[in-house]
Amino acid sequence: MRRFLRPGHDPARERLKRDLFQFNKTVEHGFPHQPSALGYSPSLRILAIGTRSGAIKLYGAPGVEFMGLHRENNAAVQIHFLPGQCRLVTLLDDNSLHLWSLKVKGGVSELQEDESFTLRGPPGAAPSATQITVVLPHSSCQLLYLGTESGSVFVVQLPAFRALEDRTISSEAVLQRLPEEVRHRRAFEMVEALQEHPRDPNQILIGYSRGLVVIWDLQGSCVLCHFLSSQQLENVCWQRDGHLIVSCHSDGGYCQWPVSSDTLQPEPPRSCVPYGPFPCKAITKIFWLTTKQGLPFTIFQGGMPRASYGDRHCISVVHNGQQTAFDFTSRVIDFTVLTEANPEAAFDDPYALVVLAEEELVVIDLQTAGWPPVQPPYLASLHCSAITCSHHVSNIPLKLWERIIAAGSRQNTHFSTMVGLAPAPPQPRARLAHELLRHLLQEWPINGGTSLAPAPPQRDLLLTGHEDGTVRFWDASGVCLRLLYKLSTVRVFLTDTDPNDSLNAQGEDEWPPLRKVGSFDPYSDDPRLGIQKIFLCKYSGYLAVAGTAGQVLVLELNDEEAEHAVEQVEADLLQDQEGYRWKGHERLCARPGPVHFEPGFQPFVLVQCQPPAVVTSLALHSEWRLVAFGTSHGFGLFDHQQRRQVFVKCTLHPNDQLALEGPLSRVKSLKKSLRQSFRRIRRSRVSSRKRRPAGPPGEVQEGRSRAERTGLQNVELAPVQRKIEARSAEDSFTGFVRTLYFADTYLRDSFRHCPSLWAGTNGGTVYAFALRVPPAERRMDEPVRAEQAKEIQLMHRAPVVGILVLDGHSVPLPEPLEVAHDLSKSPDMQGSHQLLVVSEEQFKVFALPGVSARLKLKLTALEGSRVRRVGAAHFGSCRAERYREHHLAVLTNLGDIQVVSLPLLKPQVRYSCIRREDVSGIASCVFTKHGQGFYLISPSEFERFSLSTKWLVEPRCLVDSAETKNHSRLCDRPGPEKASGRARNSGSQSDGEERRSGPVMEHALLNDERVLKEIQSTLEGDRGSCGDWRSQRAAVGYGLSNGGGCS
Amino acid sequence: MNRSFHKSQTLRFYDCSAVEVKSKFGAEFRRFSLDRQKPGKFEDFYKLVVHTHHISNTEVTIGYADVHGDLLPINNDDNFCKAVSSASPLLRVFIQKREEAEHCSFGVGSLSRRRRPLALREDGPRRRTHLHIGLPHDFRPVSSIIDVDILPETHRRVRLYRHGCQKPLGFYIRDGTSVRVAPQGLEKVPGIFISRMVPGGLAESTGLLAVDDEVLEVNGIEVAGKTLDQVTDMMIANSHNLIVTVKPANQRNNVVRGSRALGSSGRSSDSTASRHSLPAAHVLQNLPPDEMESDEEADVVLEGVLEPRLVPRPPPGSLARVNGAGLAPGLHSPGREGSVQRLLSSLRSDPRHSLALPPGGVEEHGPAVTL
Repeated sequence: MRRFLRPGHDPARERLKRDLFQFNKTVEHGFPHQPSALGYSPSLRILAIGTRSGAIKLYGAPGVEFMGLHRENNAAVQIHFLPGQCRLVTLLDDNSLHLWSLKVKGGVSELQEDESFTLRGPPGAAPSATQITVVLPHSSCQLLYLGTESGSVFVVQLPAFRALEDRTISSEAVLQRLPEEVRHRRAFEMVEALQEHPRDPNQILIGYSRGLVVIWDLQGSCVLCHFLSSQQLENVCWQRDGHLIVSCHSDGGYCQWPVSSDTLQPEPPRSCVPYGPFPCKAITKIFWLTTKQGLPFTIFQGGMPRASYGDRHCISVVHNGQQTAFDFTSRVIDFTVLTEANPEAAFDDPYALVVLAEEELVVIDLQTAGWPPVQPPYLASLHCSAITCSHHVSNIPLKLWERIIAAGSRQNTHFSTMVGLAPAPPQPRARLAHELLRHLLQEWPINGGTSLAPAPPQRDLLLTGHEDGTVRFWDASGVCLRLLYKLSTVRVFLTDTDPNDSLNAQGEDEWPPLRKVGSFDPYSDDPRLGIQKIFLCKYSGYLAVAGTAGQVLVLELNDEEAEHAVEQVEADLLQDQEGYRWKGHERLCARPGPVHFEPGFQPFVLVQCQPPAVVTSLALHSEWRLVAFGTSHGFGLFDHQQRRQVFVKCTLHPNDQLALEGPLSRVKSLKKSLRQSFRRIRRSRVSSRKRRPAGPPGEVQEGRSRAERTGLQNVELAPVQRKIEARSAEDSFTGFVRTLYFADTYLRDSFRHCPSLWAGTNGGTVYAFALRVPPAERRMDEPVRAEQAKEIQLMHRAPVVGILVLDGHSVPLPEPLEVAHDLSKSPDMQGSHQLLVVSEEQFKVFALPGVSARLKLKLTALEGSRVRRVGAAHFGSCRAERYREHHLAVLTNLGDIQVVSLPLLKPQVRYSCIRREDVSGIASCVFTKHGQGFYLISPSEFERFSLSTKWLVEPRCLVDSAETKNHSRLCDRPGPEKASGRARNSGSQSDGEERRSGPVMEHALLNDERVLKEIQSTLEGDRGSCGDWRSQRAAVGYGLSNGGGCS
Repeated sequence: MNRSFHKSQTLRFYDCSAVEVKSKFGAEFRRFSLDRQKPGKFEDFYKLVVHTHHISNTEVTIGYADVHGDLLPINNDDNFCKAVSSASPLLRVFIQKREEAEHCSFGVGSLSRRRRPLALREDGPRRRTHLHIGLPHDFRPVSSIIDVDILPETHRRVRLYRHGCQKPLGFYIRDGTSVRVAPQGLEKVPGIFISRMVPGGLAESTGLLAVDDEVLEVNGIEVAGKTLDQVTDMMIANSHNLIVTVKPANQRNNVVRGSRALGSSGRSSDSTASRHSLPAAHVLQNLPPDEMESDEEADVVLEGVLEPRLVPRPPPGSLARVNGAGLAPGLHSPGREGSVQRLLSSLRSDPRHSLALPPGGVEEHGPAVTL
């Protein structure tokens, strides 16, 4: 065996390996874990999210994604795009500033960090003097104004982060320039707000936390205006024309201050506490946005009545007599409003509210009546309910794909029609539907950049099972993981809660007018509903779903809604075993009588395992109409055509009491967890003692620290130790069924092949059952028969995690119905078949039907790693079009990914992929049939990786820097054709049209999104010729905005 | 319960099947008797001993002087039985506190050595004959020290045989730090150490492994750079034929290489201590890799349980390999057959195989084909 380890130095093979295998982590799907900052560039139309681990992620049009990671592992606190540029500044919680830029390299934009900077105060100053509270990038893009805790505003020059000390606006300087009557109050403290005058770059507004707001003239270094509020200041908004300032305060109120030439306003003329009169929480951020119609939009965060709604996370929108408090299920990190991007435009005309909550991104359409939510094309909250399992199906037939989308679209009626569409699929028919949809619907508003990634070659589905009993169907074909359809199994069961509990339970005239938005709901009503295994047949539309309480549902895709009873069957896996008592949860109670089902996957059979232990393995054969399921007690086979049980087999060892005591997770490591919790208690006692603030000095203190030291020593004295013991038949959970597999192969003799079911257990046993499935014409008349044909006990007794039968050409047998649909060559039934058994420790190939060992590869004995996940995949060569090889993709408990060749079991390549400590990441890994895979990097994010050179889904996108674009236009004014080298369908005849406001325009436009881009760039080129910097900036903003406001 | 144990006063009134026992703990003697035919369980014997010495709260090891004057351990039913049956006429039992016992291990000549240390040093060559004492039939190989000639003297490669043995391997490992000599001086590196021995386990009974021994290799693969869990998994995966290379914490018991061992001047009394009464002391040199493969476990395949007529019958060839590896040439065949029987019986005792199937129908497959 050791000869395997030596890399066989066959140069031809090595070259071929380079053509076949390549490891890349390509894209992160889902919602960033622990977001901490939000930024938006109206000119680029790109959204930025910073996280507590120091990552920043940029999102534009669907498929346009960038990710950057700060070297420091500090939370990103603020993100600011430099106006009109492809550059952004981040502030971390260690008070450091970082400048990032999107640079074009090889035709593709890349996000990279250029510069970093930490503000230093004068020697001897308190650290708070330079603690940055607000960052204002000046519209000149040359300067950064930094408000600090000390009340000073520092000025830093970009891009080199050169501190301009002579331009610092200290609070003393401001104080001196204030009239006498204001000076007596200590109005300063830290800077809470910094804003540039919307029209005049020489004026900035400085808001101090004690309630003073001044407008500062940068050139004259003087106070132009000041406003004094009696309340603590939280934030400030400057109306678009600069004539009104709206400040929000800690008492839950906001004030409007008209800006006039008078230097002093005695009292705010208009002040309002929206949710008064009882004490309210602070309004932390406010937007005051003008519209063409005249009535402004007031959008603010917080301000809820303290006593009864103080714990809600709300953002209120007030407009034209309507008021809604959007109620989020998780904390609001930050929000922004998408408005007219052209600074010259007279009105803001807000069209969308973008809210970054702790667990999801919520976008509200402000143009449609009722302010419906918009379904974002990315940043899906995968963890709305915790993910319990996942299943990937490659290459979905178009028919099924369309039916799933149709079922899903009926579920999304509450969403706004403003949707993000994925790039058009390549198939003509699908493309047509796609384009139709695009014309009917408005475009996703955050659509900066261009995705250059080729259209996904096929349709892939990722199915995730959740704790609340739902299965979500995700379009995993491309860079954007989009929710297509959600299936809930809850309806089948009687639960405490009413499934019809709508999102909006509140009555019409409630105050405050709360409205729940968002889908994040981590609270499961009943943990038994959790989905543990999923199996979808992509050809027949049959789906099997199994859960925590031993429930197995078989579902069929139906395009119509239906009302029918679900057939219930109990599978007694203990059979005649006597004297056992199940101490775990009870089985779920099925709803009697007919149940109403939406269009989509509708259950028709429910098999409930007895005892109701978690289902640990599941297999579905849609051609034979059989479903096999296994738990820690045994496995069973169910004929879902005739709706009867074929057989059950108990795999439980007579001495294994533990397996009966209940849910695995609770019992498995009871002893261990007890031990650990004691240790934890001891350790926490030690550390809490350490953390306690210093008491009176002297004897007591000393004694305590001594005790601490001995405590620490105690902890060190109990090192972790591991027992070395061979596995034995008496071990617990040997009967746990880990894998089930259907195969049409030579089980009994080498002359006749027959359907067979294979099951592998935790104790290293493989059971093989020969099946007799009646021919189609007598399928309903004759019963399916099964008899045990083989039982293989692997002597090393390691858990069997995979079973596979290879045909005469050593190719894994095709999936059921694959051959019938002409999508696979029929398997070779001439040559002898081989059985591959993968245990956690070894790979072993046996000849069939004799089950004589042929080959093996030991993994654990040689490397100490164990197989956690295994999947057969085919790998295409990046050079030869039709060349492909079948291999095994293997994930070990150390987080390594290996490719092991079939059938010779030679290790091909090995890459480290997941940190070995990341147990949940390793447990969540799922392989695709094309050498890609997914695993969870946080509860809410899938990392996508690829082992293949050929099948790679990664973002490739271009964000044109507004500046360079602008300059190029200025130098020579090319036609749109020359401006970019990309091919395009035709010219544009819609120059100067308003794009956003006119759906007519949508129809007039050509099918290609690129054309839109070209039209924009033409517009931009036309404007860019004006002289001074302000109009240049206007052109930038205009060119990249969603269309011209004032033409 | 302790029907077979009697106080020594009553000895005279029983027939000659009684064995007189003289048990010594420190300077104290106790006398009692045992039934030669039915000595009972070791566990009961242990309880009786600690009870009669009033030392029930201390951990002790029990040894006895065999016919050759060697101090041999009594720590399981087998050697207890052996001790009682071979006692002539008196069974001399020595009790030591466990912590003390670690420093003077059992072994050939260990008892006489302590008595006459001077004499022993001179008669080194004579004692070599002790190695050729015929092995009692009931003994089976449980361990061996191998590859002595290719390893540094400070290391020990121990092979544990679990085949045909009901005992658990019985040890624990832990993380620790070891000191290595590096070009720039001594450096501390993480290492894996044996942390605990399960009393009565295979590892303990061999005496070749001890607490705080550093584990360097598992079946020829270095553990440096591997985590505790990895090493645990490797050991368990190799548990059917575990070869552990350790650096013993107690370096006084190292096996001395052949050439030096001959020169009596080079021998300290310590170097002989690891000479065991068990066949494990047979040094197997250069275990060929083939052999490591050959004793590979063979999976058991049951064909169609509907015709229950089969019994697992391991092929004799592979069995011979399983056991032969540890036995030095020149062993008489009865010993080998004994272990074959034991192995078979152990297989049968496995409930999975207790279908009481007659021989003949089982497909057994030899070791896997190596590419």
